[in-house]
Parts: sequence; structure tokens; C-alpha cells
Amino acid sequence: MYAILTVFLKEFRENLRERRTLLSALILGPLLGPVLFAGALSLNIEQGTVKNDRPVSLAVSHAERAPNLLAFLHEYGVTVKPFAVEDAGARSAIREHRETLVLLVTEHFGQQLSSGEPAPLVLYADSSDVSNARDLGRVRILIEQYGSLIARLRITARGIDPTVLSPIVVQNVDVSTPASRSVLLLGTLSYLMLLTMLMGGMYLAIDTTAGERERGSLEPLLTVPVRREQLIYGKILATCAYMTLSLCLTVTAFAIVLQFVGLEQFGMSVNFGPLVALKVVLFVLPLVPLGAALMTIVAAFTRSYREAQTYLGLVLLVPTLPLVFAGMLGLRPTARLMAVPSLSQHFLITSLLRDEPISAAYFALSVLVTLGVGAALILVAGRLYDREALLG
Amino acid sequence: MIEATNLRKHFGAIAAVRDVSLRAPDGRITGLLGPNGAGKSTTLRILYTVLKPDSGDALIDGISVIREPLEVRKRIGVLSHGAGIYPNLTARENILYFGALHGLSRADREARAKELIGLLEMDEFADRIAKGFSQGQRIKAALARAIIHRPRNVLLDEPTNGLDVMAVRTLRRLLVRLRDEGHCLLFSSHVMQEVAALCDEVVVIAHGTVAASGTPEDIRVLTGESTLEDAFVKLIGTGEGLG
Repeated sequence: MYAILTVFLKEFRENLRERRTLLSALILGPLLGPVLFAGALSLNIEQGTVKNDRPVSLAVSHAERAPNLLAFLHEYGVTVKPFAVEDAGARSAIREHRETLVLLVTEHFGQQLSSGEPAPLVLYADSSDVSNARDLGRVRILIEQYGSLIARLRITARGIDPTVLSPIVVQNVDVSTPASRSVLLLGTLSYLMLLTMLMGGMYLAIDTTAGERERGSLEPLLTVPVRREQLIYGKILATCAYMTLSLCLTVTAFAIVLQFVGLEQFGMSVNFGPLVALKVVLFVLPLVPLGAALMTIVAAFTRSYREAQTYLGLVLLVPTLPLVFAGMLGLRPTARLMAVPSLSQHFLITSLLRDEPISAAYFALSVLVTLGVGAALILVAGRLYDREALLG
Repeated sequence: MIEATNLRKHFGAIAAVRDVSLRAPDGRITGLLGPNGAGKSTTLRILYTVLKPDSGDALIDGISVIREPLEVRKRIGVLSHGAGIYPNLTARENILYFGALHGLSRADREARAKELIGLLEMDEFADRIAKGFSQGQRIKAALARAIIHRPRNVLLDEPTNGLDVMAVRTLRRLLVRLRDEGHCLLFSSHVMQEVAALCDEVVVIAHGTVAASGTPEDIRVLTGESTLEDAFVKLIGTGEGLG
């Protein structure tokens, strides 16, 4: 036990002096992730809100032919801009991005409307320009509304109940809460947390194994009167410590950064305060030994530092794969899925942030299975360290 | 005291050590002399318990390296090939780390580290981070680290590689001093002059087997050559380079 502690302290201290480890474990990962996340998020929110409120500007040619329609559009927030062109002019104005939407009122519009014939309007837009899709949709719906308003008036004038125009009524009942609508967002959040946690231990896992061998310090270390598995346990413990630090920093950074982003619109009903942050750390903590042991095992059997980096890059994906599948398939927690490490942590975080009740049995299952797999991997690492192949 | 009998070690199809028996008594400096690839390092690695022999055994102070490697490790100090110290620790921290792993108390290992730093003339760089050390400084730190626990037996793999004249002299003085204190010293080298200058006993290894052993004088007489160098060349066969 004393030897494990000695190895742990040495590895911990030595890596505090390694700029690369510090940068990736304690600065870049924990801070960059949340800041980028929040940046992208607030940009997204801003765009959404701005577009909803922004008045739609519509260039109209021959507005004088349909004064009532234009008054109706104006009433619903469409800014009408006179624009004297014919068909060809409207097309080129759109194509050259001088206008985004052009409405052309045809020559006999008023006449056809009053005689009860279908009155043509031409709406010019570029459907490949995604940023205008919302404006286009709004204008089209308003025009249709105007049309059905006229239809109802005509039916009523002929003494018929306008409800005959609506033989079927569909009622939409949306039971989603604001929270459940943000599966993707929450998935990204827990994905970033798990990834940052693993990255926090990556360089340590390499440095204490492949790095130690490459420097030639492994051989002298194996000549001290300490059992080899104790040496590797100490190293895994140091990796765990860095992962825990990294995890705490990430969650704290998320908690701080998310205070500045209006998350209600994305359906996080929980205020990401200190208590929630603490719970997130507690939920993810059982995954630390598993990740550390996994990375150590892989790094211990690569031939060089560079090779270890390559392989660990792939290993980082392993615990994050279940999250991707869960997102794609829209999985919900079940007893079987709660026995999958990393996926169960994802479910716990998601439930917590959605303010949904967390079953104690599911929580216990997640913790026990994850810790169990972690302990098994640590034992495997200890056994593997006893092999001569380790020396390379 | 180190005694090896009929050691054999293969790596796949390659026989690194075919049949090595040797004896390194206390109070003597024993040199393991042989060309590159003769099996010196593998023999030493078996003796310091990092590798297990396919057959044969070795006793360190009467304890088997196969059956009780942990007990053996308490009794040996090892300077492995290329020193291998931690670049982000100071020389002193490197030394203290091994003291702790050997189970020395804090006060004991600090006093002992101080003593060794003085003995090996390391005061100037003892508290500097090892990253920028010269090869000589690295070897000194590794040597102090190897003997922090006052081992009775000291095994050194090519200790003078890459050292300048002054560092070699410091190293030699230390080895002689350890010998005079009654330690058993076993070191490998492919440099004949070095072995001739320092060793009380010589074991010549070639092709994974012991070609001859005894005092330098014994070996000269045995081969009927006038110098140790000629004797060495005769023993290992002329086709081999001396590195």
C-alpha cells in the first residue's frame, strides 16, 4: 500500500511539471469544451429569437392592384416595399441577391378576384437559400390565410355556414416538455464531459507506461522490491486523480458558462447550479477507474509514445460510442442499458438535467456495474504488467 | 555474492543466452566482457530479476532469482543500460523516489541522498530538473539512485557508455570504494581497456556462452597471449567486431 502511494505521489507530481499534460488535462479540455459549447449555443439561441421577431421585408410589384391584401400583410408584420419590375426583373433581383422575396401581383388580379375566379399571384424566392426559408414560409401562410378569409366571407354571403369548409379538424396534442425536446443538446453535453474526463488522463496513461519504457526508466523501476502490480496500481491511481481533476474542472466550467446562456429555450429545466454540478460529478466518478485502467492497458502494450497516442485516440471513442448510438436510436433508460458503463452515466446526467426522477435501482446498477468493470480492468492491468513482453 | 549456473534464455527463435555460469564474489569487481550482442545485457537482466531464464538459476547472496525475486531485489542495486532517470524530477527527487520504493524512512533516505550527492560530486546539479542533464550527470544520478538502499551487490550495464574522462574517473573511484567496503560488483562492458584497468575478475562472454573466466592474468596465460586484448580476440573469434 505504501509503495502504491509512493508511485502515485511521484507520478502526480512529475506530471504537474509536464506542460503537455497540464495543458490537455487541466486547461484546454475543461475550459475550451464548455466555452465553445456555450458559444455555439448562444449563437443558436440568438439566431432563433431574432428571426422570429424580425419583420419580413417583401418587395411587391404593382402593389396598387391588391391594396387589401397588402394591408392584411402589413397588419401581420410584413414590411411592404414597392418594387416596380416584371417577371424577368423579379427573377434577376432574386438571383443577384438584391431582394430575398418578390411578390408580383398579376395584371387582372383585382378583376379576377371580384368575379370569383382564382386570382394569380407570383411569389419569387430562392429555396436553396436556407436563411430565407422562414420568411418565405411566413409570407406564404399569410397569403393563404388571406385567401381562406375571403373564401369564408363568400360562403357566408351565400348563406352557408363556413364550417362546411372544414370537414376534418386535427388537434395536435404535444406532450413533450421543454426538456425532452433537447435530447441532442443534452447528449452533446454529457458527451463533452465524458470525453474531457478521459482526455484528462490520457497523457498520464501514456507517460507512465509507454513513456516510461521509452525513457529507459521502466527497467530500473522493475528492480525495486515492489510487486509489479503495485507499481501499475499506483500509476492508474495517478491517472485517476488527473481524470477526476479534469472532470471537476469541466463540470465547474460548464456550470459557470451555462449561467450566461438562456437554456430554458433548449429545455434544460434545471438550473445548473453547484448542487447539480456536484451530482453530475458523483454520477460520472465511477467511470474514472474504468477509463484509467482501459487507457493504461492499451498504452502499456504499444511500442512507443507516438503509437500509444494513436491507439489512445481510438480508445477515447470506445466509451463515447454508446452515447452516439443512444442519440441516434433515441434510447431510453432500461435496466439492461443502465448496465452499460458510460451509457448509464449519460442517462443519469440527462435525467438530472431534465429534472426527471432518477430511480435508485438504476443509479445503484450504474455505479456497481461501472465500478465492477473498472476493478476487473485494473486487475487485468496488474496481471499484464507481470509479463516480460512489457519491456518491449 | 552472485552465482549463476547454466542460464539459458531465448527470445523466439533467437538464443540470447545459451549457457552462462559465473561467479562474482564479494569484495571484488567482476567484469562481464564481450562483443555487442554476446548476451551480456540479457545475463544481467536475468540476474537483476527483470527477465526469467528458460532454464538454470542464479543465487544472489544465496537467494534464487526465480523463486524469490522480491528478496533478491532488496539486495541488489542496478544501473541499467542508458541510466533512465525521470526528466521532470530533479536528481535528488529521482534518488529519493527509489529510496522510498526501497522502504527507507524519510529521514534515512534524505540523509543517504545527501551523502551520495557529495560522494559523486553532484552538488552543482542535484536540485536541477533532469531534463537538460549531460550523459555523465544522468549516469551519476542513476548510480546514486541504484545504491540509495546500500545494496550488497551492484550490477551495472555498460556504465561508462558516453561518459567523458572525468566522469569515468569519478565512476571508477566509486566502484573501487564500494569494492573496498566489501560489496560485490558486476559490470558489463565491451571496452577491453576498461575491464583491464578496473576488474579483479573477468568473465568473457561470446555467442551466449562463457568463453573464459578468471583474473586478467589467468586469461592471458590460458590463451597463451601476451596482452589481454589479444587473448580477448582469440577467445571471441576473429570475425567479431569489438564495437
